[in-house]
Formats: sequence, structure tokens, C-alpha cells
Amino acid sequence: MSERLLEVTGLEVYYGVINALKGISFHVDKGEIVSLIGANGAGKTTTLHTVTGLIRPRSGSIVYKGTNLVHTPAHKIVSMGMVHVPEGRRVFQNLTVYENLMMGAYSQKDKAKIAENLEYVFKQFPRLEERRRQLAGTLSGGEQQMLAMGRALLANPDLIVLDEPSMGLSPLLVSEIFDIIKTFREAGKTVLLVEQNAKKAMSISDRVYVLETGSIVKEGIASELINDESIKKAYLGE
Amino acid sequence: MEFLITLVNGLSLGGIYAMIALGYTMVYGIAKMLNFAHGDIIMVGGYTVLLFLSVNPIVAIIASMIFCMLVGIVVEKFAYKPLRGASPLAVLITAIGVSFLLQSISQMIFGSAPKFIVIADLGILKIGELAIGYSTIITLACSVIVMIALSVFVKFSKTGRAMVAVSEDKGAAQLMGINVNSIITITFAIGSALAALASVFFLLKAPTMTPSFGSLPGIKAFTAAVIGGIGSIPGAMLGGLLLGIIECFAQAVPAISPYTDAIEFSILIVLLLVKPSGLLGKMRREKV
Repeated sequence: MSERLLEVTGLEVYYGVINALKGISFHVDKGEIVSLIGANGAGKTTTLHTVTGLIRPRSGSIVYKGTNLVHTPAHKIVSMGMVHVPEGRRVFQNLTVYENLMMGAYSQKDKAKIAENLEYVFKQFPRLEERRRQLAGTLSGGEQQMLAMGRALLANPDLIVLDEPSMGLSPLLVSEIFDIIKTFREAGKTVLLVEQNAKKAMSISDRVYVLETGSIVKEGIASELINDESIKKAYLGE
Repeated sequence: MEFLITLVNGLSLGGIYAMIALGYTMVYGIAKMLNFAHGDIIMVGGYTVLLFLSVNPIVAIIASMIFCMLVGIVVEKFAYKPLRGASPLAVLITAIGVSFLLQSISQMIFGSAPKFIVIADLGILKIGELAIGYSTIITLACSVIVMIALSVFVKFSKTGRAMVAVSEDKGAAQLMGINVNSIITITFAIGSALAALASVFFLLKAPTMTPSFGSLPGIKAFTAAVIGGIGSIPGAMLGGLLLGIIECFAQAVPAISPYTDAIEFSILIVLLLVKPSGLLGKMRREKV
């Protein structure tokens, strides 16, 4: 029996009168890569924002490492080991690559651990080391995605929450980014991934949840769902 | 030589404007609001100096800075924080309300007649036939030190960099584990301490204080912040120094000296027509 890291139950979110999440439940076990897939507006990003404390749910619970996070401010969730790499990278354009990475380590106090994580990030993303003094705003889209991921790794996370890491990247870079996500697991991290590129996401995931207009309509083992006829039709374009 | 003296006077006055402008620009950058009560913090600082002046001038200056920090923090907590996420207009009107509140409280305590607050008589430096007040030189030196210290703080301290991060992207900053509310509090505290320091230098130039004293320097410093590019720290420094120099040179020419304020604000208008984002301001690029 694997260890439950994140358990979301009956999550309901409203934007004004619009019901964005209609009571969704899912879980992530330690060491897993779990994907949420679905069309635009299905509620994938809303789910992630609620889990990491940027949006408050109307009802439901988010239990992470045995603690309910529903009232925990976003900045405290980071030091509990859950780190969110937001959609559109959102690196700090006016800070250098190195300064961005150090912002990632903001919640960390152990200097030796920070140095170790920095070394790991530079090993994973050699391009970031080459450009460490460059302003983040001058990086290409792929490099910014790498920086956003590297920045998250410096927070020494147990659970990495990734929102659309492949967005706007060339096919070659997309493969590179997904290869790196796979290495997160080898480094002992757990990954919760939101992707529009359902095929890629399913190819590296253990389990998948399919979101449609605020509800989970399907869930299962990735290798099984990838052969499901309705999923093939709706999300894989086959 | 006269040119040189005017320049030094201008830089000195500009240094004071820059210190105030820094408060406007930092609060704007981080809390995305125009704190129109910022000018009145100068006045609060001036009266606090008066209260503690009998103890010792240095104690009075430090007490003034500490008290203004507290006032800044309290105002932020009770007037602005509940409005986070409200429309900018609501925040702006609240700030104007706070401005009136501070002025009225001071008037109740100290009356509306000017108070004379002589912190120290520093004397005059004579070079040949020309004279320059020591207070002018000290003001210039102190404002340069403050500006350098603040730049170093923002660039190299963890808190300073967190301030840059918050001003760029509040949401992403939260995801780094930055407590945005405490960064906003720190920003108000720093801005208010600088306003208190500005009041000290104003009093060294002309030792009178009234409850409405902060209004005009407040608006001028705001102008300086906008000239430099609101939200930009180097911009506020540049804008403040430029405005001080323009003011002193305009006053040195008898034909145009009555129109000094009009000239300053006209320059603002022209600049905004040519470069709406200010001298060092960046146009915001919205990414989808």
C-alpha cells in the first residue's frame, strides 16, 4: 500500500455565480505522476490554484500530508513541500536566472541543502547555468519553462504541481520537458500534472483523471486509458 | 559659481523629493495603489520631531522615523488592507480620506497656526562671496547615502528581492513562499521612515510646520515619481533630483520665479505626452 500524499475530496469552487469545480475528488500517492487532462475551461488550472492556496474553495477538503490546507495561506503551503509551477511560467523577468532560482529557495533555511538543490538544477538544466547572470525576461520560452521548473526544485518540494509545462513550446522542447518531468520521480519527487497535450501527459503518467466542465468524468491507470475509445476520440485526436 | 550653488541647492532639494518619491513609487510598485496620504506622513514626522526636540535633536529624528513607520503600518493595516482586491478608485478615495484624517488630527493637537521647529542651526559655508548652508550639504549627503543604501537593500537582501518579485507578479511571489502581506507592510514602513527623514530636511531648510504642510511636497514628489516612471526605484531618484534642480533654477531667474510650480507641472504634462511611462518606467507587456 503506497503512502497517500494528497487527498482532495468534494472540492467546489465558484467564480461569483459560476460553478467552476462541481465537487471533484482525486488523490496523489507518494512517488506517482498523476495527470489531470481535459479541454480548455474544464477546470484544470482552477483545481491546481485551489490546491496550492491561490483560490479558496466553497466546500471540500484538501488534505496534504495529513493536514487540511483549506485555510492555509499559499506562502505557507510552499514550506510544507508542495510547489506550484504556474501556467505561462511566470518567471520574474526583471531578475536574473540566478536570482529567480534563489527566489525559489525563499522558504528554505538550510544553506547546504540550497546549494545541493542548485547543483542538481544546474545538472538537470545546464543551459540555466550558462545563463545564470542573464535577465529571465531575455530567455526563450523553453528556457523560461526550465527556469520555472528549476525554481520550483529549489524549494525542495515533495510534490511538484505543474500547470501546462508544454504550452507554446516546439515539439522537440516538449519532449525534452517531459523527459525532465520523468527524472523528478527518480529524484524522489511526486508530480501532479495538468496538460492539454493529453497524449504526452498520459505517456509519462501512472494515473489520469479526465475533467469536463468542472467534474471528473473518468479516471484510471494511464496505460489503460490511453487505449480507451472515448478518450482516444475526445483527447488524443485519433 | 552662482550656477554651481544653484545646482547644489537643486540637488539637495531634489534629494528630499527623491526620498518622498521613493515612498510613492515603492508602494505603487508593490501594493499597486497611489497612497495619497504619503505626503501627510511628512507632516506627522515634523510634529513628532517637535515633541521630542527638547530631549535631543538626534533622539527626535529617530523617534520621528519610528513613529512614522508605525503610522504607515497602522494606516495600511486598517485603511488599505481591507480594500485589497477592491477597485482602485475605492482605494484612492480612502487614501484621500486618510490624508484628511491625519491633517485634522494634527490640527486638533497642534492647532492650525505654524509651529517653529528649529532642529539645529548649522550655519553657512562661505566660499569667496558665495554662501551655501551646511544644512543643504548635509541634506544632499544624507539623501545620497539613503538612496545608495536603499538600492543595495533592494538588490542584495532577501527581503529586497522579495519586494522586486512581489512588484512584478504577486501570485508567482506567493508561490515562492513569500508572504505578500508582510512585504507590503515592510514597504509602507520604509516609505514612511523616508518621509520622516524628508521632514527633518525640510525643517532644516525652513523651520515651520503646519497641518497641511505635507500637501505640496507630497504632490511634487508624486510628480517626481511619475516623471521617473512610477514603480521604478531609480526612476523616483532621477525624477526627484530633476524636479529639485528645475525648481531651484526656475527660482534663480527673477522673470520666471513666480511660475516655478507651473513650470514643474508643465514639464510633467509634456513628458507624459512624449513618454507616458515616465523616464525609466517600463510599459507593461501583458502576456496571455
